[in-house]
Amino acid sequence: MSAVTNTIFSPELAARFDKLVTLYPVKRSALIPMLLYAQDEVGYVSDAVVHEIAQRLDLFELDVRNVLSYYSMLRTKPAGKYNVQVCTNISCMLRGGYEILDHCKAKLGIGHKEVTADKLFSLEEVECIGACCWAPAMQVNYDFHEDLTPAKVDQILDDYAAGRGKDVK
Amino acid sequence: MPDVNFIVDGKQLTAPAGTLLIDACKAAGIEIPAFCYYPGLSLQAACRMCVVRIEKMPKLQTACTTPVAEGMVVQTETPEIAQARKATIQLLLGNHPLDCPVCDAGGECELQDMTFKYGAAESFYTEPKNHREEQKWSPAVYFDRPRCILCYRCVRMCGEGMDVFALGIQNRGSSAVIAPNIPASESPTGMQQLDCEECGMCIDACPVGALTSDSYRYKTRPWEMNHVGTVCTHCGDGCKTTLGVRRSADGMEIVRGDNRDRSGINNDFLCAKGRFAFDFANHEERLTQPLVRQADGKLKPVSWEEALTVVGKKFKEVRDSRGGHGLGVIGSNRITNEEAYLLQKFARSVLGTANIDHHRTADYTTFARALNGTSGKTASQRDTATAKAVLLIGGDPTNQNPLTAWNLRTDVRLNKARIYVANHAPIKLRRQAKAFLQVTDLGYGSLAAYLGGDDAAAQAAAVDVNALAAFRDAVKGEENLLVLIGNELRGTDLEKLVQFALSLPNAKVALLSDYVNSRGAADMGLLPDLLPGYTPWMQPKEFATEYGDHFPAAKGLDLLQQFDAAASGELGALYVVGANPVARYSIDPATLKNTFLVVQDMYLTETAVLADVVLPAANLYEKSGSVTNSYGDLQLVRKAADKAGVRSDFEIIVRIADKMDHKVQSLVPFGNGLRADFGQTRGAQSGEADRHAVWLAANNMEPKLSPFDPFAILDEIHRLVPGYGSLLRLQLLSGNDQHVEPVVNKNELVQIDGDTNRRDLVLPANDTLFTSGTLGRYSEKLTQLHGKYSQEATPTAAD
Ligand code: SF4
Ligand code: SF4
Ligand code: SF4
Ligand code: FES
Ligand code: FES
Repeated sequence: MSAVTNTIFSPELAARFDKLVTLYPVKRSALIPMLLYAQDEVGYVSDAVVHEIAQRLDLFELDVRNVLSYYSMLRTKPAGKYNVQVCTNISCMLRGGYEILDHCKAKLGIGHKEVTADKLFSLEEVECIGACCWAPAMQVNYDFHEDLTPAKVDQILDDYAAGRGKDVK
Repeated sequence: MPDVNFIVDGKQLTAPAGTLLIDACKAAGIEIPAFCYYPGLSLQAACRMCVVRIEKMPKLQTACTTPVAEGMVVQTETPEIAQARKATIQLLLGNHPLDCPVCDAGGECELQDMTFKYGAAESFYTEPKNHREEQKWSPAVYFDRPRCILCYRCVRMCGEGMDVFALGIQNRGSSAVIAPNIPASESPTGMQQLDCEECGMCIDACPVGALTSDSYRYKTRPWEMNHVGTVCTHCGDGCKTTLGVRRSADGMEIVRGDNRDRSGINNDFLCAKGRFAFDFANHEERLTQPLVRQADGKLKPVSWEEALTVVGKKFKEVRDSRGGHGLGVIGSNRITNEEAYLLQKFARSVLGTANIDHHRTADYTTFARALNGTSGKTASQRDTATAKAVLLIGGDPTNQNPLTAWNLRTDVRLNKARIYVANHAPIKLRRQAKAFLQVTDLGYGSLAAYLGGDDAAAQAAAVDVNALAAFRDAVKGEENLLVLIGNELRGTDLEKLVQFALSLPNAKVALLSDYVNSRGAADMGLLPDLLPGYTPWMQPKEFATEYGDHFPAAKGLDLLQQFDAAASGELGALYVVGANPVARYSIDPATLKNTFLVVQDMYLTETAVLADVVLPAANLYEKSGSVTNSYGDLQLVRKAADKAGVRSDFEIIVRIADKMDHKVQSLVPFGNGLRADFGQTRGAQSGEADRHAVWLAANNMEPKLSPFDPFAILDEIHRLVPGYGSLLRLQLLSGNDQHVEPVVNKNELVQIDGDTNRRDLVLPANDTLFTSGTLGRYSEKLTQLHGKYSQEATPTAAD
């Protein structure tokens, strides 16, 4: 039984949230993990998500939005089914990260934080994703792709488009 | 705390340990620039403007977060510091347009001053500035994002100060932006909106022109206005407000209200009413010409001379034919003490009637009686900001007495005060309360009895009887308690509560009320059975002789009885000053058809439309005098605005008396043997005139040369009204508040009157943050705000 009646989340996630708020000395510390989990389930942080999280943590919705807007990994609009995150931070940049990003832009026909018309892909330029040793790197949802070349990127994107890609959550 | 010694810019200074360096310097006349620091709010250290060099510390330190320490050696202006501040300003100006000539804050902007001082106008940043159009967040508040320097003052003011939390900060770094609580995605207009108490405190706190008010923005410049300190005309808290006025086509118009100089009992606080609701003065329906009903039944504009003649003649005729009891007088909660006193004196000494009353918003009569001649037991508004413990029974200060609520919140925040709230509704102040007691709907009387020791009353007082016992123990355990009582408590309930407060060793008590001079109206004797200072009618003391031959040795009719008398044809004339009883008490207009009705007001209210003569009156911002707030703090009212055609209630009353062939000098003691001595204005003795004037003022002897000088009546109040005899004139003139208390002997009052069960005529107005009786309806800003919040279906953040 969820702490919130009429929760918008799945029973599993609702149960997880019920537990999460008990783990910290102050409830609001659970805010960021909750936002991330909610985004993974719903696809983005919708007004309804903000509302329920505020309710669960006894916060004003404004507080939730203040935190939400601070972090670039949290989004308030739906992303594509596959969210392509290309790193252009220092290591990747030195090894052609911008080339990869430009290639994605050209291939998908979208820019930073945009979504393709068929809602299959979205593109994001991101900071270091911790894969510097294998730069340039990108992340599709939670799956990593390293040592990229434009040809490799073509292959990866085609695989996802054809439903062969791994959809790690 | 012990004092510590330290050196700033070579000056040896001393301050209590724990004082922040910035405050200690300010007290010594050394100004350290600051954008984010705001006295009374939490420390932010966001702007780095206040950096100073402290010896033995490796880097520049922020003076706003550093407490003074013994032996500290500080430099506040060196080339190094100037360079640091200049760099800070360049960063702050990263997105700022620096278009001061078109900015609303130009001329009173802290950023403008600092940019000027440190010469940082030319930036070496080449990045384009983030620009966003100005946004209207509410009927009162606008936000111009590029001007914002992200000092967080508004965010803290709204959250900590107001307990509303309607402002936040979103995004980060150079795209960070202040945001209101309703996002575009959830706003009916598709634009960001505020859902808040609309107090405008954020606007006042903003050091730049980023937050502006709809009332004032782009209308004028600070140096084009006169700034007059007076008292807010709305609730009974009596905030001091500084009105900015400038010339208009028909007088002087008010363009803004604030209290930025932190003078007066309210520090820097004003609520939406004090800050924005002065616009009623310019309402298009404002009367500026007297109206007299003609033979055809229509009201026609006439000259003052004609209107006053009609009134004087008729009043005299009724008095001489029917006697004083054939006349009735209804006074106001918003006129000055001098006017209220003069009005009842006019009634008793000129009209010869004791039929005088007003809309009572709190039971001050019972309050005075219950105090029973004690002294030092009534609280001042100032106590609400400093008391260690407060018991609030009934009332809803957040909505009805916003300054009281602000002070209580401040007291909890800064002094860790303990607040005990007992209420039948979950009022917002429970959020600051140490304990909240849910009183049953009609349980205040039982609660009063229970607090006083009657355990049998417990069941009827509160839902949770155990909580009740704990509540009483906690309250009684307080060494110093401030007892604040809402105006829904009256009669015996109120009496019991006051007695309970008096039974505690160090308690002080106050009764909250609705309008600026609700207390003054009662103190000044706008009552049918009590003379000024709650002097019982059967023992009128000096008043009987002072008030001359017409003085009625009887108890008069109260407000409702007056209308009953009118209905049965026994009231020949009724004189209503600044009140709207027809709407307030739902009086049937037919009641008044045989009564000659004179109404003095600003507009054609429900009462005024029925009148035979309507006299256009000035409002509180257009006159001088004094008012007494709920707590008994008396303050000076100064004339700020002016409107061609209207006259003060004071002047009108005097002129009517004159038209009745009454000797005006016996009504207003002016020119009584005193001769003006203006002294030397030039030459060797030139200071003499000023010194002489100061001496005269201090001794209540300034020459009163005009029958319209309210101070002539203040002299009489001072001389005759019990409780008002200790006023210090110079204190008053310097804008300081003074506390007055009723001086009443209970036994005298009860025995003589033989009537312990006075009829309960108290009608709390239950105004909210955006209503203010009849007056409020004529304020466009309040009407907009009221409209916005009364339609809301969902509870607001302000709830
Ligand atoms: S309540 Fe509204 S007007 Fe008052 S400080 Fe907060 S946002 Fe500003
Ligand atoms: S709006 Fe004004 S008060 Fe608020 S952060 Fe910006 S500059 Fe400071
Ligand atoms: S709290 Fe009362 S006195 Fe103060 S500004 Fe508001 S209405 Fe006026
Ligand atoms: S810089 Fe690209 S993964 Fe670290
Ligand atoms: S005033 Fe000290 S950091 Fe802003």
